[in-house]
Amino acid sequence: MKVKYFAWVRERIGKAEETVEPPASVRTVDDLIGWLARRGETYAHAFETPKVIRAAIDHAHVQPDTMIAGAREIAFFPPMTGG
Amino acid sequence: MTANVTIRIQEADFDVGQEIAALSKGRTDIGAVVSFSGICRGTEGNHSIAALTLEHYPGMAEAEIARHAEAAMARWPLLALTIVHRVGRIAAGDNIVLVLTTSSHRQAAFEAAEFLMDYLKTNAPFWKREESADGTSWVEARHHDDDATARWTKS
Repeated sequence: MKVKYFAWVRERIGKAEETVEPPASVRTVDDLIGWLARRGETYAHAFETPKVIRAAIDHAHVQPDTMIAGAREIAFFPPMTGG
Repeated sequence: MTANVTIRIQEADFDVGQEIAALSKGRTDIGAVVSFSGICRGTEGNHSIAALTLEHYPGMAEAEIARHAEAAMARWPLLALTIVHRVGRIAAGDNIVLVLTTSSHRQAAFEAAEFLMDYLKTNAPFWKREESADGTSWVEARHHDDDATARWTKS
C-alpha cells in the first residue's frame, strides 16, 4: 500500500510517500503506526506521540482502530491548521 | 438540487468581488450573500509573521471540502457556494481562504458560512508553516477551533 506523510510528519521522516508491505499482523491504523515507528529513528521521532497523529484512508479521515485491509493509500499527518 | 458549488485550491490570489459576481450572475433567486475571507495576520501574540506557507493533501483536500459543502447544503437552503483555499507562500496581509454562501434569506447564509469555516479549520487537510524573525515553525492546532466545530453536532 502507498503511505503518504504531510507537514512535520513528512519532515521528520524525510520523505513524502513510499510503498510499504506490512505483515498480516498489522491490522489497524494504530498497528501500522507502531510498525512504521520501528522502521528507524526518523520514524520513531515522527510517531513518538501517536495520539496527536491523524490518519486518512483513501482520502477520508479514519480512527486509530480502523482496519487497513483493502486500503490503497494511507496518510499520516498532524492536526490540521488550514482555513 | 439547484445549488451550484465551486471548490478551488490554488496558489493564485482571488478577488472577492469577482467571485461574488460570478456566483450570482444571471440569478434573481438569491436574496443574501455572505462572504468570509481569511487573511494572513502580520502578528501572532507578540511576535511578527512575515508569511505563511500552506501545505495541503491534494485529492483529499478537495474531497473533504466537497463533503462539508454537501453537509451544508443538506442542512440549510443554500442556492450557491464558493470555497477557495490558497496554498503555497502567502505574505502577511494577503488572502488565505474564501467562503461564499448564498440563500434566499440571510440566516441560512450566515450560519452555513460559519459551519463551513469551522469544519475547514479542523477537518480539511491543510497545514500552515509560519515565517518569523526566529525562523520557521509549524502552526499548532487550537483547541478552541475543535470546540467551534463540535458545537455543530450538538442539539
